[in-house]
Amino acid sequence: MARTQSAVTAGRGIASRPAVGTPAPRSHRRLRKRVELTVLLVPPVALFVGFVIVPMIFAAWYSLYDWSGYGPLNDFIGLQNYSGVLTGPVFHQALLHNVIIAVLSVLIQLPVSIGLALLLNRRVRGRTFLRLAVFAPFVLSEATAAVMWYELLQPSGPVDALLNAVGLGGFVHYWLASTSLVLYSVFAVATWKYIGFGIVLLLAGLQGVPAELREAAAIDGATPWQVTRRITLPLLAPTIRIWIFLSVIGSLQLFDLVWIMTQGGPANASTTMLTYQYVNGVERTQFGYGATVSVVLFIISLVFALVYQRYALRRDTAGAVTRAVG
Amino acid sequence: MRGSRKPAIAGIAVAAALTIAACSSSTTSSTSPATSAGSSTGASAKVTLTWWNNGNTQPLLGVWQSVAAAFHAAHPNVTISINAIQSDLFTTKMPIALKSDNPPDIFQQWGGGQESTQFTSGKLANLSSLTSSWISELGAAAAGWQVNGQQYGIPYDQHVVGFWYRKDLFAKAGISSPPTTIAQLESDDAKLKAKGITPIALGGGSRWPDAFFWEYFAVRECSQSVLQSSIKAVNMTAPCFSQATKDLTSFMATNPFQGGFNATQAQTGAGSSAGLLANGKAGMELQGDWETSVVPALTSNKNILNELGWFPFPTVPGGAGNPTAVLSGGDGFSCTTGASEPACAEFLQYIDSTPVQEELVQKANVGLPANSAAEAVLTNPALVAAAKAHADAAYDAEYFDIAFPVNPGQALDNALADFFAGKGTNSTIINSVSSSSGH
Repeated sequence: MARTQSAVTAGRGIASRPAVGTPAPRSHRRLRKRVELTVLLVPPVALFVGFVIVPMIFAAWYSLYDWSGYGPLNDFIGLQNYSGVLTGPVFHQALLHNVIIAVLSVLIQLPVSIGLALLLNRRVRGRTFLRLAVFAPFVLSEATAAVMWYELLQPSGPVDALLNAVGLGGFVHYWLASTSLVLYSVFAVATWKYIGFGIVLLLAGLQGVPAELREAAAIDGATPWQVTRRITLPLLAPTIRIWIFLSVIGSLQLFDLVWIMTQGGPANASTTMLTYQYVNGVERTQFGYGATVSVVLFIISLVFALVYQRYALRRDTAGAVTRAVG
Repeated sequence: MRGSRKPAIAGIAVAAALTIAACSSSTTSSTSPATSAGSSTGASAKVTLTWWNNGNTQPLLGVWQSVAAAFHAAHPNVTISINAIQSDLFTTKMPIALKSDNPPDIFQQWGGGQESTQFTSGKLANLSSLTSSWISELGAAAAGWQVNGQQYGIPYDQHVVGFWYRKDLFAKAGISSPPTTIAQLESDDAKLKAKGITPIALGGGSRWPDAFFWEYFAVRECSQSVLQSSIKAVNMTAPCFSQATKDLTSFMATNPFQGGFNATQAQTGAGSSAGLLANGKAGMELQGDWETSVVPALTSNKNILNELGWFPFPTVPGGAGNPTAVLSGGDGFSCTTGASEPACAEFLQYIDSTPVQEELVQKANVGLPANSAAEAVLTNPALVAAAKAHADAAYDAEYFDIAFPVNPGQALDNALADFFAGKGTNSTIINSVSSSSGH
């Protein structure tokens, strides 16, 4: 905290460069602070209010109506849309799929990301190239990745051909057409797409782990595994917690990959809350119902974010979010 | 043509469009400003008509531009400002546009229940009196664009659904002539399978192609009056619809489709159902006449259109429907209410004039023209066969998802896709159109 304070003060001194020895009057500094705050805060606050808060208020309003999108909002139905969404078996399926993707992300993507980040943090030949290779899929747009994998996973497509070529023909399946497999195919593509992001995040976190701590532990006789487990991972925990947060929110909002590859099908086997919203809100022009799904998704995401913030991120964000700096 | 069947042709194009939409979703151009005097249009003052159409790719993009320019040249007081928009985006754009004070003067219209849903906005112009002098030239084609007997939209082309088949693969399997009954179709399927050829390609991942099969069985099983009253009442409890499900179940039991058809897109890429047909990996596909504009892009075979044949959906023994009836639809335009209605109606009349209709057929591959006088320029033998079947049909049945209002129409498509994936029953299909179900 003290470091932050001094850095802020020092920065301010450099920026303003008043006549040395003649500090600006207190009222002048206060005015400048207000101007700075206004200039810095108004654009993001305006954007946030305009593109997040106001649409959410509209969505909440629309969700109380049976509205096709055409004509005036005059068919008030109270919470009927909410009962439709919350009791709908397909919505339950969609929610379950989001939860499965989120859980699998944490159980599979996280350990793989950590492992690869630790590997790529070492001085290995071709490290830059390897880092680039694992990060490359993340740079692709979701639409591009989805179209590419849709083609690769076609029956008798390149993936099947590869499996056959290496003698694993027994593993060939209808990756996107099987109702029991399609969700996991989509998850595999999502993992391919996003693993690079996790690795880069964790690599950045690893830069914050002091080398001297690991060296000291090694001198004291700790094995590499012990160094990783007792020194590196605990110091990487804040980054891991942030990654989990982003991953779960991303899993709850999964749309593009699924929509392009499967449209949530076959028979809703890969539907997510957002594909459900698109099918039932937009395609079926039930905009009131679609707005309801948005509100429910917003509440689920908000509750998760608040609970996670309260119990998992509290230490990491202490001072930055929970109280004013300085 | 691709994407013109209806706005809900979903899939890769939708999401790609969604992704791109934030940056640029439309192509805008306009004819040259009005400079010369004299106008034959009813509108004496200068007007600019904003025109939202789905001709966002060539060749339709260019044809619409030249049509707008030619109309402006003949009617200098009327300037057409084109906004070409990808088909699927109309689903989201039109509700907002029709709610605003400044909707487009002319916009893409697929008729049927969707038009009647849009009609509730109060912004659709009633074109009946403005088109009464010539609308009869379109014959029955215009009926699908009416709401309560009034003309709120005008078609510019027609579509008919039937089987497109590979003449070379039929010959290879020893099939001398296309099947005319379901029993013959199943027998031909077996012959194709015996030669290692997938009989029928189906784009089940896009959902609406599944619906064609069930709907055609329903058209064969139900009488015209039952079909009409059921569509009007949004109620499919008549026994013939359940019989259609039985017919479909028996047909599907013969495994006529490619493996993994539930995830196959209809029109995107060589792996799509149209691509499988184009590349000789399947013998047939049940599709609309837009197939001629879709298939060439999916294969390197330059002669593909000459290698395709067309035959109508086979007859079903004992069905109450007329065996010549066809499943059909089309593309058209609506005008919005306002001062420019006469000019708008005149422009739509111009689009349906024989020269423009011929240009649409020859240059834009729109399929069958709304004005049958332009059918003379159809040259592709398969398309000519489709046009003849359409002309000879006792009546048309509009694709159900378009004929019904949007919500039940889409619910029916979804229920049928579930059924094809083995997760639905006759009752989930029949009940899907009731407004409270389907979630």
